[in-house]
Amino acid sequence: MTVLPYPVAGWIFLIGVYGLVTSRNLIHAVGCLAVTQSSTYVLLLAVGYRRHATAPVYADAPTGSRVVDPVVQALALTDIVVGATVTALLLALVVQLRKRHGTVDPDALSELKG
Amino acid sequence: MSARGRLGLFLVGAAAFAALFTAACFGLPSFGAEHHPYGERAVRAALGHHTANAIASVNFDLRAFDTLGEESILFAAVLGAVVLLRQTADERRTPPAPAAVHPPVRRFALLTLPVALLIGLYVIAHGQISPGGGFQGGVVAATALHLLYLAADYRALERIRPLALYEIGEAAGEFAYVVTGFAAVLAGSAFLANVLPLGTFATLSSGGTVIVLNAAVGVEVASGVVVLLARFLDQAVEIVLPDDGAGGGRDPGDDNSDDNSDGTDDGTDEEEPT
Repeated sequence: MTVLPYPVAGWIFLIGVYGLVTSRNLIHAVGCLAVTQSSTYVLLLAVGYRRHATAPVYADAPTGSRVVDPVVQALALTDIVVGATVTALLLALVVQLRKRHGTVDPDALSELKG
Repeated sequence: MSARGRLGLFLVGAAAFAALFTAACFGLPSFGAEHHPYGERAVRAALGHHTANAIASVNFDLRAFDTLGEESILFAAVLGAVVLLRQTADERRTPPAPAAVHPPVRRFALLTLPVALLIGLYVIAHGQISPGGGFQGGVVAATALHLLYLAADYRALERIRPLALYEIGEAAGEFAYVVTGFAAVLAGSAFLANVLPLGTFATLSSGGTVIVLNAAVGVEVASGVVVLLARFLDQAVEIVLPDDGAGGGRDPGDDNSDDNSDGTDDGTDEEEPT
């Protein structure tokens, strides 16, 4: 079956969203969001794959050699770094929530506090 | 909404998503197929601009404007985390006491630190030739510094890490990227166009502006990661609440402890006020 890697990406996405929906801990939820996001890496790299091809780096490969799609690799690359810093931002938010409200359970955060 | 209702809604949505996504998968070109129109054009453009690493060429030449946006997200995220993790008026700092370090750990960390730092700088500098670049090398270089925390203690790390300098470094990386873009405009071309001499293929000086933008991103990512880790380490090591547990003194609610079966309960034990 030649489309199998794509449903794998969809499965990872759904697992991540399931974790987000059922999460009782915001740190766990941030982790689930990272899992959800990582499904895009799998999808991008699967779309760009080409059989019997090498990495799109011509430093020591002849310029005519078969390479995988560099566009999706570039997309995945920046996505990873930006995702890591956004995860850090969300975790910083959780740290503040824990300090100000004393809980990391999203269900317990129903009240407004000035 | 109750937990059960939320799960039900998720299952309906997930089933619909799974059905639509599976249908879409069969419409995609099959895995590992020959035809990659964008990839082929990108490779041709990369070779035309003497950049051996086609991914770096896509990031810093063809999609340089996009990368500016991504870099700005990174910059804003680090800035937001710094603002959120400031020391507030009711918190105080306690100098952390040095802990005993196992001699093998100390030796290993001190031995690896310069090597890891060098590899990070190598990866940034060779981004246009070999796999890597500013994004990856920056993270390696920034985390290499933190081996000193493993080898010695937090004070030693703070001494080699003047935070203000790294905060300036992060802004300077972003600034250098924009300036390079406007330099191309001044040279009579489009914003962020590759106007520098392209150099010899597969040498350190090849690729034109790819090198400059790569270095700018490397500086920004390295500084940004150092600043981020510093703020989180400050929270963990130095900053304490006036009477710890005052914020966590409220009962989180009785629905917090039941049916906690999804594996999240490993972090909740320390939330209990004692």
